[in-house]
Amino acid sequence: MHNYYRIVWILVFFPIMTYSQGLINGGKVTGNVQVDAQVYQEDDKLGITDSTLNYKEFGMNGFANILYSNGNFNAGARFEGFLNPMVGFDPRYEGVGVPYWFANYKTGSLEFTAGHFYEQFGSGLILRSWEEWTLGYDNNIYGFNAKFSPVQGVTIKGLVGVQRYFWEPYEPDSRGIVRGFDGDFYLNDIFNGLEDSKTRITLGGSFVSRYEKSNSMTFNRKYPFDSIMPYGDTVTWTKVNTYEYQLPVNVGSWAGRFNLAHGGFNFYAEYAEKDNDPNATNNFIYKKGQALYSTFSYSTKGFGLFLATKWIDNMYYKSSRNESGNPPMLDINYLPAISKEHQYSLATMYPYATKQNGEFGFQGQIIYTFPKKSTLGGKYGTTLTANYSFANSIKKEQISPEIPIDSTGTDGYQTNFFSIGDLPFYRDLNFLIEKKINSKIKLKAAYYNQTYNLNVIEEELFDDDVMVYANIGVIDFTYKFDRRNSLRTELQGLWTKEDEGDWAALTLEYNVSPTWFFSVMDEYNYGHPDTDRQIHYYNVSFGYTDNTNRISVRYGRQREGLLCVGGVCRYVPASTGLTLTITSSF
Amino acid sequence: MKKFFSIVFLLSLVVIVYAQESQKNYGSVPSIEVKTLDGETINMSKISNDGKPIIITFWATWCKPCIKEHDAINEVYQDWVDETGVKMYAISIDNARSSRGVLPLINGKSWEFEVLLDENGDFKRAMNVNVPPHTFIVDGNGLIVWQHVGYLDGDEQEYIEIVEKLIDGKPIK
Repeated sequence: MHNYYRIVWILVFFPIMTYSQGLINGGKVTGNVQVDAQVYQEDDKLGITDSTLNYKEFGMNGFANILYSNGNFNAGARFEGFLNPMVGFDPRYEGVGVPYWFANYKTGSLEFTAGHFYEQFGSGLILRSWEEWTLGYDNNIYGFNAKFSPVQGVTIKGLVGVQRYFWEPYEPDSRGIVRGFDGDFYLNDIFNGLEDSKTRITLGGSFVSRYEKSNSMTFNRKYPFDSIMPYGDTVTWTKVNTYEYQLPVNVGSWAGRFNLAHGGFNFYAEYAEKDNDPNATNNFIYKKGQALYSTFSYSTKGFGLFLATKWIDNMYYKSSRNESGNPPMLDINYLPAISKEHQYSLATMYPYATKQNGEFGFQGQIIYTFPKKSTLGGKYGTTLTANYSFANSIKKEQISPEIPIDSTGTDGYQTNFFSIGDLPFYRDLNFLIEKKINSKIKLKAAYYNQTYNLNVIEEELFDDDVMVYANIGVIDFTYKFDRRNSLRTELQGLWTKEDEGDWAALTLEYNVSPTWFFSVMDEYNYGHPDTDRQIHYYNVSFGYTDNTNRISVRYGRQREGLLCVGGVCRYVPASTGLTLTITSSF
Repeated sequence: MKKFFSIVFLLSLVVIVYAQESQKNYGSVPSIEVKTLDGETINMSKISNDGKPIIITFWATWCKPCIKEHDAINEVYQDWVDETGVKMYAISIDNARSSRGVLPLINGKSWEFEVLLDENGDFKRAMNVNVPPHTFIVDGNGLIVWQHVGYLDGDEQEYIEIVEKLIDGKPIK
């Protein structure tokens, strides 16, 4: 009988235990995976041979994220592999490993992360760590991060860590240490009287500092001088002085921000300053950096106005003073490009990327939806978007007549806050009309007029010798056969007398919701001044989606260009071949 | 006595199976903070819709299929709400470059669902989103029960069918 009871207990409690495991432990493992694999081919037209490919006929970039969460505890890791890195990715990425893992715990008002983390203070003018897989960009911070919310509306953050540099582990003095704290105050939650106010105010401020050991470095400066010899001849001598740098070990920066929202109005401004920070990107000048980023918007139903402006000077901020060039690594801060990110391929041929060491930018955008059943609105409404962006140099003056601008070891140059220079970097005026004609047909048309200073944006040469003026037109037409089947046709043209001349592009995309898509595309550089380079960049692709699994295969030519996300760009060389992409979440 | 054991055994099996079945989901919405368009911080694990399903979509102002998805949903959104009580949160992963342009865009396009900002991708990472658009459906108990990657014309029909099944207590898939 005794045994019987035991069995009964087990039988009754086993399911209860199993069930409560779920309740008490409640741990959940989730994750996602992405693998991009490319097989490359030789292509006479594009000048691609086995040797230009370095005999790397196969490239693969892949990652897998695993997240474990259990109540207030979270942990995760990302496994990455670049075997070999696909063309356009830095060869230093070659390898496999776990460049990102973390454990995070929340208890009451405190949240604590150990390991690798991504963080942003304000709009990122002095600190932002982030990743963008398609760019191969990852500046995660490895260390400690704490977030503290003593009362509703107040968030204090603090962090200390070192940043990712390809696969190189941190070793003492191999790169700098980043420290920072930030406070964010949402006044309407803090002050009782403001709770119901229509005016919503947020204040914030941050401080960041980089420690990096200063190694002894020297530079030479030449002083020409004349002397008259006893027989009356003039001889020009050059005196060479060798100086030793006194490089700042700690480079601090601070920022303050303000946001005001009232009904349809929203105003944001953030100002940042950085101590003198001689480094490889500014030719080792001892000048402080400054940045201002401000936006204004007004919107009501059917209407949106957005204005943004930015002025930055000498604001490269990296956790190693000797780091420069591409791909951008060890960035501590983030200075967004101020132009609009376009969606159509030819409109992204001439993209803008921020010039951290001196730029003035402006953007304005208006969106208006003509209401349903009005003359221009028709049955479904018509949306019109107009956008203009502008980027120029800032005014830089010599500190004295003998010292050229950007001379190493000096203050570099003088500038007035918010001065606008004469050198155009970028202009973009564009219009987009979106219209649903009837239940089957959707139409979009866009026009872009762009001015692109190729030397400034691609070569870091600050002159206006190579300006590209381009006009771009797009028609995007979707026809829905029934609930599941639709065909999208995209017709694009780019006209310019400069660079590679005129382009035309056609895309046909057949979709079977929610599972299949097939597409053919051709971008044809018919106006290339060199008739041998009038190339068809054709692509055939198809994809299969099963809820969270997505597999796509593409065969064709990739044109050379800049791939930009958020104003950070990656150069993509031309290639021909087969690309397989698998993404999945679980 | 034997009969009693068999019953207890069967019962326990049912409970085990049920306990397993009820866990067949992607977990609850993670506790991650995002911002409202006014600048207020809110925790995603605290969002609720009175026991009715919630749709969460990830998008960005520069993402062509996302805009298309939201335009299509916006056309039928009011009907969805009236018929099912569903609520939708569109999470913008726009970074500092474009996040301030989100509010004028959604107003200019007259989108009616809730829009929140995930400026540095914290919520995106916690939800295992590779690229937008990525859509989740949360059931009345706050569990993520369905997700879908990408957007093809007509996919929004799929979303509302899942929501309707949840409300009717039917198994999804």
